[in-house]
Amino acid sequence: MTTKKEKRIVTEEEKTFAKNFNIMDLPDIPTGLPPHLQLQRTRVLCEEDAPIHTTSIAYSGAYNGVGVDNSVKLENFSDNFKVDVIELSKDGMELTFDMIGIDAAIANAFRRILLAELPTMAFEKVFIANNTSIVQDEVLAQRMGLVPIAADPKLFDYLSENDQPNEKNTIVFKLHAKCAKGEGRKKVLTKELIWLPNGSELVKESGDSNSKPKTYTSFSRSQKDSFPEFAAKDSNISPSYPDILIAKLGPGHEIELEAHAVKGIGKTHAKWSPVATAWYRMLPEVILLREVEDEDAERLVKACPQKVFDIEDMGNGRKRARVARPRECTLCRQCVRKNYGEDRNKDEEEKEWIENVGREKEWVENVALRRVKNHFIFKIESTGSMPPDVLFTEAVKILETKCERVIATLS
Amino acid sequence: MEHGSFTNDSHASFTLAEEDHTLANAVRFMLNQDPRVTLAGYSIPHPSLECVNVRVQTTGDPAREVLKDACQELMLMNRHVRSVFDKAVAEFKVKQARLATEEEKKTKAEEAELKKQRDLLASMDIESD
Ligand code: SF4
Repeated sequence: MTTKKEKRIVTEEEKTFAKNFNIMDLPDIPTGLPPHLQLQRTRVLCEEDAPIHTTSIAYSGAYNGVGVDNSVKLENFSDNFKVDVIELSKDGMELTFDMIGIDAAIANAFRRILLAELPTMAFEKVFIANNTSIVQDEVLAQRMGLVPIAADPKLFDYLSENDQPNEKNTIVFKLHAKCAKGEGRKKVLTKELIWLPNGSELVKESGDSNSKPKTYTSFSRSQKDSFPEFAAKDSNISPSYPDILIAKLGPGHEIELEAHAVKGIGKTHAKWSPVATAWYRMLPEVILLREVEDEDAERLVKACPQKVFDIEDMGNGRKRARVARPRECTLCRQCVRKNYGEDRNKDEEEKEWIENVGREKEWVENVALRRVKNHFIFKIESTGSMPPDVLFTEAVKILETKCERVIATLS
Repeated sequence: MEHGSFTNDSHASFTLAEEDHTLANAVRFMLNQDPRVTLAGYSIPHPSLECVNVRVQTTGDPAREVLKDACQELMLMNRHVRSVFDKAVAEFKVKQARLATEEEKKTKAEEAELKKQRDLLASMDIESD
């Protein structure tokens, strides 16, 4: 559209300026994500009624409008990713660590693999020769199945349907426990399971009495010989813990059985899961929105069951609340409830206030509860067959092979 | 397996056999991180089927290549996670071992000190006798 106006002369200088002009270069234009969006992106806000902004924003172009790239490139992932080991239990079977700078999608993949896709050895067949205890055969077999076995599953093969159980895929234990008449009740513990490196000792019944007696396994040689790991005299395979209760026997009861352990994964049955649990939670962030002082501070400290807050002495008799242990927060949300969830008897001052103003004092929130979306406190509790750090490394390896498989099928 | 059209390879669905949320969700995340992707999602057609369908739509690049790149990226990420984790654990174990030996030394020193004092006391007793 042209209007008859005096013609404006555009200088060369203006032309080049217009060509190179970028609004983002102006000094007043804020760059980067505005703080409220940044908060939504990186934190879950735990409000009194429900948490909000719980999802992670995955789409790479989500903030293109403000000129911010939301994609995680491998380089900046590598720069930001961090692992802090927090604690390894005395027996080395429980590991707590912080995983910082990773998305929940991937952290969850690790967790799911730990629970369901790492192989272990577990009892799959229980041959019961005699059981006069009050625990029924099938219940006994089920209990046996859940006993964790301290054997490295990497040494063994899967036993597929057509395979014969042999020294490469089966571990055999026998159990013979008896409670003599006239004795008190007896506990059968896992330490009574005896490893049979030569395979099954139970003879299969066959019609033909002349043929060589067959057992339920066909070991070609002892596992002591085929695995250098167990060659030493006292390096035996055993359950992870010696004191797991299998059954209780009354006087005259007897259990005689043989149990065959094979390799499997937790997806098939939970007994093959190498972890008791593997879980993570996001790092809690507890923030005081204003100075909480004196009586208020004491109330706040008292309200928190996890002792997240401390009282700080500011001198001249004044006290102030301080966030001392945010990691302990369980998100019970007591500290963001009205009156910290207390049923308070109104004191004189308050009653007077209500009389004058006609309503209760407004409740002002003191605390903001948040979770850091890319900071995971990860805990792995191994059942004892493998140390938790090995489990985690194996889990990551499995995810890698999954990727490799997809790439291979697509190529 | 790929389900797409012959004329336009920028939109396609892929069926990954014997996979579940574990891989699909991670891959979806990686796809969403790629600026070439306009839409990425996955679904499991039926809980008793062992497969996932991954849908990829791109701005023009072949969907197959983009998915491959996403898997590649995820794999490299995992490698990095593994190396960082192994290093952190090794460092932690070294630190713990050092702390343990220090602790041991301390208790030993304390015991020695106690013993010395006890000996001293004993000898004093004899003298006073
Ligand atoms: S949410 Fe509960 S545990 Fe966390 S700081 Fe508040 S009161 Fe304490």
